[in-house]
Amino acid sequence: MATTSVMGGSVRRREDPALIRGTGTYVDDLQPTGVLHVAFFRSPVARAKITTLDTSKAEEMEGVVAVFTHDDVSHLGPLVAQVPIGKLRPLLAAGEVNHLGEAIAMVVAESRYQAQDAAEEIAVDFDVLKPVIDLKEAASDDVKLHEELESNILHTWTYHGYWDALGLEDQTPEVDAAMERDDAVVVSLEMKNQRLIPVAIEPRSVIAEYAPGYDRFTVHSSTQVPHALGGAISKTLGMIASDVRVIAPEVGGGFGSKLNVYNDEILVAFAAKELGRPVKWTETRREAASSTIHGRGWIGTATLVGTKDGEFLGYKLHALADMGAYTQNFTVAIPLLGLWIASGQYKMPVSWTVDCVVTNTMTTDAYRGAGRPEAIYYLERIIDAFAREIGMDPFEVRKKNFWQPEEFPATMGCGFALDSGNYAANVDLLMEEADYPGLIEMRDRAREEGRLIGIGVGSYVEVCGFGPAVLAEIGFSWSEYGLPASFNGSGLVRVNPDATVTVVIGTGPSGQGHETTWAQIVGDGLGISVDKVRVLHGDTREHPMGIGTFGSRSVAVDGAATHAATLKVREKAAKIAAHLLEASETDIVFEDGGAHVAGSPAPRVEWEAIAKTAYQAHTSPEDVESGLEAHTSFSPGNATWPFGSHIAVVEVDPETGNVELLKYIGVDDCGNEINPMIVNGQIHGGIAQGVGQAMFEDAIYDSDGNLLTGSLLDYPLPTAADLPSFQLDRTVTPTDVNPMGVKGVGEAGTIGTAHTVVNAVVDALAPLGVKHIDMPLRPKRVWAAIQEARG
Amino acid sequence: MYPRKFDYVAPGSLDEALGALGDDAKVMAGGMSLIPLMKMRLFSPAVIVDIGRIPGLDSVEEDDNAITIGALVRHGDTASNGAIQANAAALAKAAALTGDVQVRNRGTTCGALAHADVAADQPAGAIACGAVMLAQSSSGSREIPASEFFVDSLTSALDADEILTGIRIPKAGDGEGSAYDKLGRRGGRSDYAVAGAAAWVKKSNGSISDARVALTGVGTKPMLAESVVEALIGTDGSESAVVAAAEKATDGVTVLEDLYGSEEYKSHLAKVYVKRAITQAIAAI
Repeated sequence: MATTSVMGGSVRRREDPALIRGTGTYVDDLQPTGVLHVAFFRSPVARAKITTLDTSKAEEMEGVVAVFTHDDVSHLGPLVAQVPIGKLRPLLAAGEVNHLGEAIAMVVAESRYQAQDAAEEIAVDFDVLKPVIDLKEAASDDVKLHEELESNILHTWTYHGYWDALGLEDQTPEVDAAMERDDAVVVSLEMKNQRLIPVAIEPRSVIAEYAPGYDRFTVHSSTQVPHALGGAISKTLGMIASDVRVIAPEVGGGFGSKLNVYNDEILVAFAAKELGRPVKWTETRREAASSTIHGRGWIGTATLVGTKDGEFLGYKLHALADMGAYTQNFTVAIPLLGLWIASGQYKMPVSWTVDCVVTNTMTTDAYRGAGRPEAIYYLERIIDAFAREIGMDPFEVRKKNFWQPEEFPATMGCGFALDSGNYAANVDLLMEEADYPGLIEMRDRAREEGRLIGIGVGSYVEVCGFGPAVLAEIGFSWSEYGLPASFNGSGLVRVNPDATVTVVIGTGPSGQGHETTWAQIVGDGLGISVDKVRVLHGDTREHPMGIGTFGSRSVAVDGAATHAATLKVREKAAKIAAHLLEASETDIVFEDGGAHVAGSPAPRVEWEAIAKTAYQAHTSPEDVESGLEAHTSFSPGNATWPFGSHIAVVEVDPETGNVELLKYIGVDDCGNEINPMIVNGQIHGGIAQGVGQAMFEDAIYDSDGNLLTGSLLDYPLPTAADLPSFQLDRTVTPTDVNPMGVKGVGEAGTIGTAHTVVNAVVDALAPLGVKHIDMPLRPKRVWAAIQEARG
Repeated sequence: MYPRKFDYVAPGSLDEALGALGDDAKVMAGGMSLIPLMKMRLFSPAVIVDIGRIPGLDSVEEDDNAITIGALVRHGDTASNGAIQANAAALAKAAALTGDVQVRNRGTTCGALAHADVAADQPAGAIACGAVMLAQSSSGSREIPASEFFVDSLTSALDADEILTGIRIPKAGDGEGSAYDKLGRRGGRSDYAVAGAAAWVKKSNGSISDARVALTGVGTKPMLAESVVEALIGTDGSESAVVAAAEKATDGVTVLEDLYGSEEYKSHLAKVYVKRAITQAIAAI
């Protein structure tokens, strides 16, 4: 039986016409009959005891159906969290508030406007306490923020101690010893990886409909994880999971912010059941800024020790990571994703310590890259500083220390093995594509003219394809949500009687183009046109199992499962085709919508005949069961480890500190590609978000805990107008972790970008002696650094 | 983002619109600044008077002496109008750098002026180009020089019963040029001004005989930089003269710190952009 390649071309995204024309359906587009609307009354202060809470006036307002407070929901317990280290979020504030925007009361009214008007009439008296916002202050434990916890430091991740079962050795002594060597060059920088607000274009939105006669829910939510949400609702409200159907229709961006299950989703379901009417809540943009999870938020000191010849002898990081006030889904576990790539693409001992710290701010959790952009930022920035210190080209330094192609799978100090890689070849292609020597010449010429041009280089390796069952041992699963304790992939492929194909997957798009990619995987596998393949997702009733979309895992795990299901269906179809052609099933090949014996295109049998035969007992082969479908789970033995290298070219205006991004060139390697156009799209968006962190975005709380950047007026996002055209290429180093050789690409751009841009700006200012500027590189900071350097 | 309750009227004539105004009414043209403020409940007028359907307010008129920009002329039209570009380049440029494409297609030049944001672009352009604001009420009309129109943050000289029906800008004569430049909050020239300056200069017999230079983003309102003007007039407009004049950019100005710049940085930027705007204005003669 011949195999057809799943690797396709740049098939146009079939989901785009509806999305572009506005004819797609998002949660907020739905208006169930009799739907009630919710507005939350949220805390205007960061830390306080609630002394009185009076909802009586709000309850009397026109159109108000109910006002719920903590007393109404305390019996439900706090919000479910997968890694419950820290204080779990109460569904509604339990006598105290711990961050600005914390939900205190929920108003349900006939219209959204009435709900909002009534929310304004809720009267609260606060006994306001001084909040702790600064990470170092919080870590000092001078003020303990949660009485029931021993310390504001919830957990400390160390390289050797994060997973006792691995029995890893502490490499700190080795790194320390290296620093004592006579020939050691030690470079150290304290750097901030600032807090960010995810800002999906579609705010979160949820509608719950409860059928009292059947004790069943239908919940629509803009979520990346419908199955986990169903699990959380059923667990919290004491139901069985299959009675809670969750549907995620079109989801307008998530970036991890919709990977959490939120208290508002649970509360909307609770209210629908209490009131016997559909209930809807769509967050406002300002609520999204203060009350949907944030990302990043680290400060830390990175130290690299090496020789004058550029050999790395060891790397050390000590950082504080901001967890915010409450623990939600994976909150405390996010830095662990960074730990796994702490050593990057380099062979060297690592001493890595990250303290997870509580502050009076919104919870942090997974935001595109989740722990990995932070880890790579510190590493790649300090490598850049080291290269500058010893006067060596930054690519040359990197290449000297890369794992070599023959060393893969390369087991790192963290215990995981990099699956495959050819890092030097990736850099070589990038240098060629960028005309690196030409760029340097251009920069040096410009410097002579007094212009501040900088070239930044950066590499990255990431860990994605979250699927290995072993991860569940350290908390990475949805077990707290009642799902099987594994991030298994699953895919269901069914050839219908009319020879169209229905594919049901446990992961769904929030812009990634799953419907096209999966149609390619299945269509190519069966030799059926992608136009005949329909991909269903985001509905817990359609599919019993769904892990969801995060960690660049969809294609590498659920895609691989779907691929396996496709092969099973094909195997069965081959039996039927062999029967119809009176041939041996091992000789059957599928192509162009039909099957024939290898080497002789005629006679052939069309898929229509095979499908019909599969469903009618009297014509199908005796030993073949009716139907033509397969459901396959896939549990990879390892994560996947994509990588790449980027170059940014910037010019700094010495008078204003303004940074202009002149060029951005990237060569990424995500293994085999199913749809190169979609891969490009993922990298484009990822780079834009990386540039956003490097140059624009900053979630700023003042010392009183007020969010100063609570609207898009003060939280500048990158737009197409702010970015140059990206020049992209790829190397292809397939993985053997899954049969398709694919690795995942959803976060690559983001992980590879921020340090590259900062390295470029520091390069531009290096002649002045500037060694580091913290992100975002707003003109005011760059100008201040120039002033300081000039004395 | 759900505004409080308000009444909405969309009169078909200016008289009707003026009649609908009162203490708690607000005029809306494009709504690009007003609607976000209402949605955030930072501003909750009882009545919105939408002037968008009043005929005759959406044109740019040109006569021998002046150009008149009507209340409903969009930023994008101000930016691309040939007569405005030729006679009031600073305002055209400021309009081109206002907001994004969607905002420029919807928001109006007069709306942005009446809104009087401290960091908006077009107020500086209007001051530099010597615009006169045409205010109309039921009891009559009056003309307010742009340099006196901006009173404080989000506060103009318009009375509650007045509508800004248009602005009039004198046509440029020989030896005159104007320009606008800024640093945007997003870096480059994108977004509201961290600091920006517009300049209009007139050169006769080799020296600067008249000038107007306006600042935005720096203080409590868009304003004329009087010390700069004084220092510039009478000079030859050389680089050193421009630099010397620009040094006075913040004389008498209370510079306000914000998320995008310290007082020191914004004071510095004011000088930089005053210098750039004057230099570009001279080059445009």
